[in-house]
Amino acid sequence: MIKARVTVTLKNGVLDPQGKAIEGALGSLGFDGVGQVRQGKVFDLELATADRAKAEADLKAMCDKLLANTVIENYTIALA
Amino acid sequence: MKSAVVQLPGLNRDRDMIAALTKISGQAPVTVWQTETELPDVDLIVIPGGFSYGDYLRCGAIAARMPVMQAIKAKAEACVKVLGVCNGFQILLESGLLPGALMRNASLKFVCREVKLEVANAETDFTRAYEKGQIIRCPVAHHDGNYFADAETLAAIEGNGQVVFRYAQGTNPNGSINDIAGVMNAKGNVLGLMPHPENLIEAAHGGSDGRGLFASVLDVIAA
Repeated sequence: MIKARVTVTLKNGVLDPQGKAIEGALGSLGFDGVGQVRQGKVFDLELATADRAKAEADLKAMCDKLLANTVIENYTIALA
Repeated sequence: MKSAVVQLPGLNRDRDMIAALTKISGQAPVTVWQTETELPDVDLIVIPGGFSYGDYLRCGAIAARMPVMQAIKAKAEACVKVLGVCNGFQILLESGLLPGALMRNASLKFVCREVKLEVANAETDFTRAYEKGQIIRCPVAHHDGNYFADAETLAAIEGNGQVVFRYAQGTNPNGSINDIAGVMNAKGNVLGLMPHPENLIEAAHGGSDGRGLFASVLDVIAA
């Protein structure tokens, strides 16, 4: 079994109202000097294979087909 | 006019849409469940609003991968008219049938109120009953209606007249880029919009400004 982590983030230039709200909330908690905050998603997956190349190819397909909306999001894949 | 209304778990505006289509076309639409791979022979397919799959992952993301969407894509390619309202619009975007994406409202709040819409293109099969620049009333109810497209896509859809509805000046409820409320595909047979025209079709609704959208399609089909 291979464990993997997929991280999905908004592309540069895409407005992130939730990140903005978090940025404001951090400021109001007294955390000074926090620059831009961008919110993303993390997926931890378990894959029933020992073939790392296959796992990586499958994960890429999963991201393109479902986990990320590539109109607005980028993704990175990390195998444990 | 023969029409079909798509049903998926979590969609809850299907009954409003069925009522509107029945009243305006005089013929009840057939309902199509998400697992269908063949669609009946209809003139118009509608994906109504709601919260398909609980809005998990992204609004419309999971619904857009259901078998029925492959069948809808095939029908859209064959020039059948497809309309997506609210969550239906989100599903059409997630399925790639329409350009762009819908993000969380800029206010971060769910908005449920009436807005004013400007008919930006009245030369479409969905808007010919209106006039260009006409301002109509229409209810909205959504949390993720903030339309976004990259600069290149935006220039293309603006240039091609694919922006069909805009929120009239000062009424943009969600931060949509260029006040965009509804877009169609390049071919002009697939339209998605966030507002709910099916909820403003008769006196009991307090107005009938939304009726023109369905009347336009009816008119095109009858011609």
